[in-house]
Amino acid sequence: MNVLEIRNVTKRFGNLVAVRDVSLNVARGEFCAIIGPNGAGKTTFFNLISGYFPPTSGSITFDGKDITRLSTHERVTRGMARTFQITEIFPELSVFENVRIAAEVAGGYRLRPWINRAEAAEINKRVEETLRMVLLETKTHRLVGELAHGDQRAAEIAMALALRPHLLLLDEPTAGMGDQETYQITQLIRRLHRDSHYSIVLIEHDMRVVFHLADRICVLDQGKMLAQGTPQEIAANEIVQAAYLGNAA
Amino acid sequence: MSTEQIRKLAILAAIWIVLLLAPYWMAPLGGYTDLATRVLVLGLAAMSLNFLLGFTGVLSFGHAAFFGLGAYGTGLTLKYLTHSTPLAVIAGMLLGGVCGAILGTLIVRRRGVYFAMVTIAFGQVFYYIAFQWSSLTGGDDGLRGFSRQPVNFGLFKLDILSNANQFYYFVLLCFALAVGTMGFILRSPFGRTMIAIRENERRSRFLGIPVERHIWIAFALSCFFMAFAGALYALVNNFADPRGLHYSQSGDFVMMAVMGGMRNFWGPLLGAAVFVVVQDYLSSVTVNWMSFVGLLFVLVVLFFPRGLLGFLQRSKA
Repeated sequence: MNVLEIRNVTKRFGNLVAVRDVSLNVARGEFCAIIGPNGAGKTTFFNLISGYFPPTSGSITFDGKDITRLSTHERVTRGMARTFQITEIFPELSVFENVRIAAEVAGGYRLRPWINRAEAAEINKRVEETLRMVLLETKTHRLVGELAHGDQRAAEIAMALALRPHLLLLDEPTAGMGDQETYQITQLIRRLHRDSHYSIVLIEHDMRVVFHLADRICVLDQGKMLAQGTPQEIAANEIVQAAYLGNAA
Repeated sequence: MSTEQIRKLAILAAIWIVLLLAPYWMAPLGGYTDLATRVLVLGLAAMSLNFLLGFTGVLSFGHAAFFGLGAYGTGLTLKYLTHSTPLAVIAGMLLGGVCGAILGTLIVRRRGVYFAMVTIAFGQVFYYIAFQWSSLTGGDDGLRGFSRQPVNFGLFKLDILSNANQFYYFVLLCFALAVGTMGFILRSPFGRTMIAIRENERRSRFLGIPVERHIWIAFALSCFFMAFAGALYALVNNFADPRGLHYSQSGDFVMMAVMGGMRNFWGPLLGAAVFVVVQDYLSSVTVNWMSFVGLLFVLVVLFFPRGLLGFLQRSKA
């Protein structure tokens, strides 16, 4: 069954068509990467999936239900979590507090003016598990704003994981990172996919990352879906090579 | 218990001891009990504003409206309806709080300067109503002709009308209830969503928090606390003043919160104490006392951007 089904989605900003008639299915447990040059509409496409703004036309189905007109927080409640190209965290709170907020919201406590000991213990356990997963367990009480860029990114991913999503949307998780950090984040994403079986949609422009990780690659160019296929198919695709990969492939 | 927790408990204990003994140490220092009562009431107002400003990150510049509504609600109830002080306080709190909750629905989608402007505008609406509707509110002269009444607790009676110390302790009890509730909320999952919104609204939204609804709840709660402070203020003066609803009064509350330290729970109380004491002392020396308060404010903002309490904490750390 497909976690996500996107049908003929278009987004216009005035005269600009940022996303043009794009369709995409993501199967449960699948790792799908979206690549494309700058300005191809990748992030706009992500914003449509996550509900930052509605599409001009087309429909989006998540877990079998139409979510085209739902707001962001309703989509998150249904199990969609997202990270951003520029890390979005709570810089003045500790790593623990960042993830705890996510865990409490996911636990359904967000409107509660109290929390009892058993519930708090459950939340703390959940936060610690999540932090172990992203290897931040030794930095629990550091302020997120003080961490290295790679660790901030890991903290953001931890917040997304604490929501217990069925679909993870990762927008250029290795943007602005050095080789070492890129390697660590790539390993983390690989574990999430292989060991924890998350369904993942990833935007990336680092080709090494994409070709190593993804089950399937979609190429966007000027708002259009240029090609979809396995990494081998995409690497061999002449249109893609001409339009995007150039001599690198 | 960690040393950090012990330190926090010690500070908390110190604050409450200072407040509990205020009538006894104020006099030798040249103060008087009424001054301490005013500090508590205005401190509560500044803390209520800061519940929204410092912990949700939303600046309301019209909060005096809810302060004033609390005061008029209490005054009118005492004057026309009942001689029960607690009932009047509750009536005042409900009037301001409910008005705040209703207006809140209209303004929570605005952000930043626009939010502040809209709150000023709504605040001024209430100011002009109080100013113009003389037959009910006394207009420019304010609402007179009521006074706080002794409170009967069953086992004992507090003569809050003529005994300044007993009134102080009555206000301190109210203050403790309100501040305790605020502290309790801020430590809860809901309180943490407020802080999340302050820290990063977009991230909060993408964690599944309906940001507008949460800001609305925080705004409404803040208005209830504010109206509660306004109700107590009517009791302090036995008088409700239309200028208590004016945006300049809102500005004073913002000033107290910023001066004391808006990232700090107790900061606004310190800000209010400095404001009230400086006002009390200087206004007997010069009519231009406000320019000195303004100068003090500018100095604090320039040299201690985290406020007085923020500065004290940082230098200790």
